[in-house]
Amino acid sequence: MGQIIPYIVNGVSVGGQYALIAIGYTLVYGILRLINFAHGDVFMVAGLVMVYTTTALPLYISLPLVLIATVVLGFTIERVAYKPLRTAPRMSVMISAIGVSYLIQNLAFYITGGVPQPVTKPIPWISNNVELFGGSTKMVTLVTPVLTIALVFVLVYLINHTKIGMAMRAAAKDFETAQLMGIKINSVISMTFVIGSFLAAIGSILYFTNYPSVAITSGGMPGLKAFVAAVFGGIGSIPGAVVGAFIIGLCEEIIKGLGYTTFSDAFTFALLIVVLCVKPTGLFGEKVTDKV
Amino acid sequence: MKMNKKKTIFTAGVLLVLFAVCVLLDLTLPSYHIAVTVIKKATVYALVAVSMNLLNGFTGLFSLGQAGFMLLGAYTYGVLTIPDEKKATVYQYFENGGLPFSFTNIFGGIFGDKVGTVVGMLIALLIGGMLAALFAFLIGLPVLRLKSDYLAIATLGFAEILKAFFQWNGLGPITNGSNLLKSYPTFNKATPYVLLAGAMIALIVLLINSTYGRAFKAIRDDEVAAEAMGINLAKHKRLSFIISSFFAGIGGGLMAMYMGTIAAAPFKSALTYEILLIVVIGGIGSITGSVLASFLYIFSSEWLLRGLDSGTFLGINAPAVFKNGFRMAVFSVIIMVIVLFFRKGIMGDKELPDLLDKRPKSRKKKEAAGK
Repeated sequence: MGQIIPYIVNGVSVGGQYALIAIGYTLVYGILRLINFAHGDVFMVAGLVMVYTTTALPLYISLPLVLIATVVLGFTIERVAYKPLRTAPRMSVMISAIGVSYLIQNLAFYITGGVPQPVTKPIPWISNNVELFGGSTKMVTLVTPVLTIALVFVLVYLINHTKIGMAMRAAAKDFETAQLMGIKINSVISMTFVIGSFLAAIGSILYFTNYPSVAITSGGMPGLKAFVAAVFGGIGSIPGAVVGAFIIGLCEEIIKGLGYTTFSDAFTFALLIVVLCVKPTGLFGEKVTDKV
Repeated sequence: MKMNKKKTIFTAGVLLVLFAVCVLLDLTLPSYHIAVTVIKKATVYALVAVSMNLLNGFTGLFSLGQAGFMLLGAYTYGVLTIPDEKKATVYQYFENGGLPFSFTNIFGGIFGDKVGTVVGMLIALLIGGMLAALFAFLIGLPVLRLKSDYLAIATLGFAEILKAFFQWNGLGPITNGSNLLKSYPTFNKATPYVLLAGAMIALIVLLINSTYGRAFKAIRDDEVAAEAMGINLAKHKRLSFIISSFFAGIGGGLMAMYMGTIAAAPFKSALTYEILLIVVIGGIGSITGSVLASFLYIFSSEWLLRGLDSGTFLGINAPAVFKNGFRMAVFSVIIMVIVLFFRKGIMGDKELPDLLDKRPKSRKKKEAAGK
């Protein structure tokens, strides 16, 4: 039992990081009905920017810079690649998302030369080692869940009690009617990408503190898993995405703890297929009926 | 009627000329020449792209599991054809690894070495395809009930699960775990690839022009209307999924031949994305487009734009800009431009014979005006 505790702690931490990415998926899907395949790559870019800026600049400049750069990237992707396709079939938008993901990865490959960039100057405090239950772990493992929960509370408040939040809820409920009611749909959509990218950047800073380097493919897997978490929790629902992410993070680390590391990724996708077949609306999702 | 005859002759002519060029290149150039490599790789990609187009373009099922089915085909081919005498070196980390038989040796014993090897290779390819089809059937039972993007993500997940299984050491005695499979027989020349992939693509074309093909298109255009016309949705979707996977499996086997070694790593989701983008460049719903786009894509990425990666391009020498990775960066920008501004791709939904039609729209307008 004592041996499994570090894995559980780790699982909660990884879950928190997935949750921060998953919110980006769930917000965008809620409004645009689009799987933003590029979101995982935005997460990776945030990691790369962190590596580059922290080595060159002091912390109080580099960290805000990471957040700003990621938000700008997310905003630009939406404006350039998704906005022109607003009236196109859903498949075209999804293909565009895949194209953007491909483009970001190839650009990152060109810039980094395809070499994983080592995290040379990890952020102080959160990368310190702490003793916990007889094992040693990094401070970030403890910080992540707390920070995640705090951010989720802020976000839920934002969505339930502010004007832009109300607009987002309206757009998610009925895109066209929201437009008719005078909601500036484009700024609402941009806002969801800004929030999503901002949270992904924070998730990225926390995630890569635990890793020695950032590779151009580092974003793919966490991205897909966060998406699975969003589906598991019921896509479009923020609490659902968070709960789903924590469950997936925990399961994954426990599977690793049991010695089946090869299958930790496979498990996530198996869970996805089971959830989609048994309860496609997820844990907290609303039931949607298709009309002819 | 006259037009149809003309079209048939035109199509046959174009295909014959292309085939003759391929044979000629094979006879005059050594098999390691870049032209031969490009033809080999492009035909493999063309087959997989067409199989994906059958599903995504003609049936309207947005599936991203192609890499998984290719993986199945590739591994089946490799495992079945590694000759008995080479098994000890290939499976060096697994004692007595590999199957207790090898198609290369069995058919080599029956038909003699040369013919037997080829027969063994073809049968292994076929079995790879059938295994992929079987998996498609099983996976399709739950997954095909899902709608567009959920289907995409579920099939993508399935491909990742397969990849994990093939890298698992528990299956090591057969799949060689995370080590390479190698030393299996391959074709050196380009012609066999062209013949094989060409035959497969011809089969797909026949299928698309049959009643089944028309049913697929009806489902793509409007599911509810198709169902109202008496098309069994579940049956046809399953059929399309299984057939597409069968050809993807065979494509995977050919890919294994082309690469010379098999590992699970190259069959990642990026491969599926690459093929999907080829289909988009060629035009969703056009077989000719997919084939054309595969050749263009492989030709430019393997040959034409090589210079972008190695310092000199079009005589401009700028190693600082033209460094490793620039080629793919330029490529992805082109792809984004096509995705955003030329959504129909090169061919739209036209095929090779349709090129003979001269501006059908304006002619129709004239006829309408004349009446």
